[in-house]
Amino acid sequence: MFCDQCGKPAGARGEHARCVERRLLEPPRFCPDCARRMVVQVTPTGWTARCSRHGERTSA
Amino acid sequence: MADSRTVTTTQFAILDTARSQVLGEGVGLSEEQVLDVLRLPDEALEPLLELAHEVRMRWCGPEVEVEGIISLKTGGCPEDCHFCSQSGLFDSPVRSAWLDIPSLVEAAKQTAKTGATEFCIVAAVRGPNERLMAQVAAGIAAIKDAVDINIACSLGMLTPEQVEQLAAMGVHRYNHNLETARSHFPNVVTTHTWEERWETLQLVREAGMEVCCGGILGMGESLEQRAEFAAQLAELTPDEVPLNFLNPRPGTPFGDLEPLDARDALRAVAAFRLAMPRTVLRFAGGREITLGDLGARQGLLGGINAVIVGNYLTTLGRPAEADIDLLGELKMPIKALNDTI
Repeated sequence: MFCDQCGKPAGARGEHARCVERRLLEPPRFCPDCARRMVVQVTPTGWTARCSRHGERTSA
Repeated sequence: MADSRTVTTTQFAILDTARSQVLGEGVGLSEEQVLDVLRLPDEALEPLLELAHEVRMRWCGPEVEVEGIISLKTGGCPEDCHFCSQSGLFDSPVRSAWLDIPSLVEAAKQTAKTGATEFCIVAAVRGPNERLMAQVAAGIAAIKDAVDINIACSLGMLTPEQVEQLAAMGVHRYNHNLETARSHFPNVVTTHTWEERWETLQLVREAGMEVCCGGILGMGESLEQRAEFAAQLAELTPDEVPLNFLNPRPGTPFGDLEPLDARDALRAVAAFRLAMPRTVLRFAGGREITLGDLGARQGLLGGINAVIVGNYLTTLGRPAEADIDLLGELKMPIKALNDTI
């Protein structure tokens, strides 16, 4: 598993202090399954993030 | 030895001057006077914000203009604006994306549902090409068929022909930020000039569209340059000034800058209001980082009379309902469609 903010391995306990903080105001940028950069579209009330390998995630 | 923020009678005198000149006569502060405001000590912040609020209420009224924004074309920009995660020249995690027309219309509907009367379509480009202009034209036509909302655009630098085309499409306001003081601009952008941006703004005005022009505070500018920027905006007399605060983006040249201190941000809000008593002064990106949850309230009681609600172009904002509820609590009505402030 990978961090959806920085794309690095999530770590033993998933600790990425800055990424945890950032996630409050950021959509995911990297696919948690493969760390590919995702194509992200932010809308006024949500977001979609698409990985070419693992498909689309949404805020809904 | 007194530091630059030591309270002196002379420093506080700017508040009396502003009360008489700006509140009483509606004449904005000069560059030197704005600098005096920016140098006020923390002890003066509360009366400063109260004065800015009085000025806003007297010259603009209690209404608040609410806007939503959407990125039509994200990332891959050829310019090197050092604050921007959408430049193709930096190692940013933001990837290129185009929004399709049905999704654009849906975003306009989402925006209108929040109570917003403005919807701004934004593209990360130096200036629009034919493909983008065609997409914008199709998008605006589809939105107008489906949603009753004012449409603004922000598409970079324009040719005279493109300005005419956008006006003919029914774009009522065009955003093009000067971003920072003219003297600081070369430290922020090297692929185009401040003067090129200014030229586009003149074209927009000549075509009869409303001019929306602001910038980002906290990009390493000095207080003197912040005052210079306020004065340059006042000279432009824009209909709207969006005030952003730097949200340092990973991978950009400004990615390691510290966010602006909250008190400095609020001083700047008040100072820009006192420089431009009649403009629509909008809270835009970065306020959540710089000011936290209390920032919306402090800003709206310190000179702000417009907000971007919901998410931004590539980052997330406060839930729109939180800002709308706050407006109700503060008894500040949302500006109705086609009203002017």
